Amino acid sequence: MAAVEQVRRLGEGTIEALRSLGAAGVILWQAIVMVPRPRTAVPLLVRQLYSVGVLSLVIIAVSGLFIGLVLGLQGYNILKDYGSESALGTFVAKTLVRELGPVVTALLFAGRAGSALTAEIGLMKATEQLASMEMIGVDPLRRIVAPRFWAGVIAMPVLAVIFSAIGVFGGKLIGVDWLGLYSGSYWGNMQSSMVFDKDILNGIIKSVVFGVAVTWIAVFQGYDCEPTSEGISRATTRTVVYSSLAVLGLDFILTAVMFGGF
Amino acid sequence: MSPSPTAAQAGPNLVEVRNLHFSRGKRVIYENVDLNIARGKVTAIMGPSGSGKTTMLRFIGGQLRPDSGKVLVNGQNIPELSRDALFRARAGMGMLFQSGALFTDISVFENVAFPIRAHTRLPEALIRELVLLKLEAVGLRGAAELMPAELSGGMARRAALARAIALDPDMIMYDEPFAGQDPIVMGVLVTLIRTLSEALGLTTVIVSHDIHETLSIADYIYVVADAKVIGEGTPDELRASNSPFVQQFLNGKPDGPVRFQYPAPSYRDEVLGRANQSGGRR
Repeated sequence: MAAVEQVRRLGEGTIEALRSLGAAGVILWQAIVMVPRPRTAVPLLVRQLYSVGVLSLVIIAVSGLFIGLVLGLQGYNILKDYGSESALGTFVAKTLVRELGPVVTALLFAGRAGSALTAEIGLMKATEQLASMEMIGVDPLRRIVAPRFWAGVIAMPVLAVIFSAIGVFGGKLIGVDWLGLYSGSYWGNMQSSMVFDKDILNGIIKSVVFGVAVTWIAVFQGYDCEPTSEGISRATTRTVVYSSLAVLGLDFILTAVMFGGF
Repeated sequence: MSPSPTAAQAGPNLVEVRNLHFSRGKRVIYENVDLNIARGKVTAIMGPSGSGKTTMLRFIGGQLRPDSGKVLVNGQNIPELSRDALFRARAGMGMLFQSGALFTDISVFENVAFPIRAHTRLPEALIRELVLLKLEAVGLRGAAELMPAELSGGMARRAALARAIALDPDMIMYDEPFAGQDPIVMGVLVTLIRTLSEALGLTTVIVSHDIHETLSIADYIYVVADAKVIGEGTPDELRASNSPFVQQFLNGKPDGPVRFQYPAPSYRDEVLGRANQSGGRR
């Protein structure tokens, strides 16, 4: 009997997982496909861009600065052993633009904006605001979910670019201003070694993919959560955990495709 | 799809529920239920908590689909409508949720203006007049610029009522309008519901278990319990009913056909620790 029960549980879990994947797919599809009237959509999008993007700027800027400072110190000490301190600019910029910029921004974004999106939508559901919007004849997927989703997708690459730029300045503060590297070699080597499509474009593609993944997870968890206080708290936790895992997993896959050499 | 709503206007009933079945998991919520909601009248659906009264409103509003059966509103079968047609049909319905469900990020004024802005392209000056008119009707014109968090429970419900009638719907549904309100607010709501129904010719559906208030304003009442309609009629007919359940419900007796005890093995068996050993031993 125990074995039968195990099989039954496995089946139940699988069906539940597929159900939520399907529901998430429907939400993503409707958020993308249903383009609302521009007259109402543009102000809604601008407002979400502000709360999702602009309000995340401080944490992104501060983290970017510190990551840049650390990269500058670590990179200098490692490169010095090989007598190639002058490659510090290249090292800092490539690390940030290819990897740390998109990944760390996405992780911070999941914690700062993703959790807020889930909690906000979940609370709207718990207080019947989504249901009353439906009864007014306004589709909450169009009015609530779609602008938030697009704001996340647009904000993420912009934030990642800002993160990398501030990080590069952080590396310069350490390498040039503190450790006395010649500033011409910091900037010059960086400029000559960065390739637009291999470095910058790939970094931006990564952050767009992360933006879709994190915001999709966040809005779906909010929309699908159980409308109770525990339900919202579980959904918020799931948003952060799932988005972080998704970002790191996707990063490996994208890196393998972009830089794996096949 | 069914013909246009106006073509079906002839019937005396705005809403007709036929052979409705619905269950959640193993629990049967409705079994073969028929209901009629007459045009321009106040119809109440009453029953104990958990009997699925609110669920019925969700069928009418198309937020839930029954397992089988028809829910005809103005001749349109709601469960079969496409998403777009459903959203159009909802523009003719207003619904007042138990919590009010005002949008918390915008002011009372914007809440009432929300349905008007969503469905029409009226100039701003006209919207302002309409909103103030609706707010005046519920006595909250002075509170137009407040945020929902600044309102008391009764005021929030009245503001939500103003929003529900913003588009002059044919029908308005109230989900437990009296629950948790003080006697003064209850009196205000009773008067408002009755006045709105008469002044605007609104078809009104009330889901409630507050007997006194509901009997005082309803034209026709359905009592639901155990997945069925167990009593129906005008308030006077119900009071005169000899169904033991209806009598228990109307008079608020703690025990009767609806048991005070949640189903359990006998107290003696449980205390002696025999309850879980075998079902047959008594």
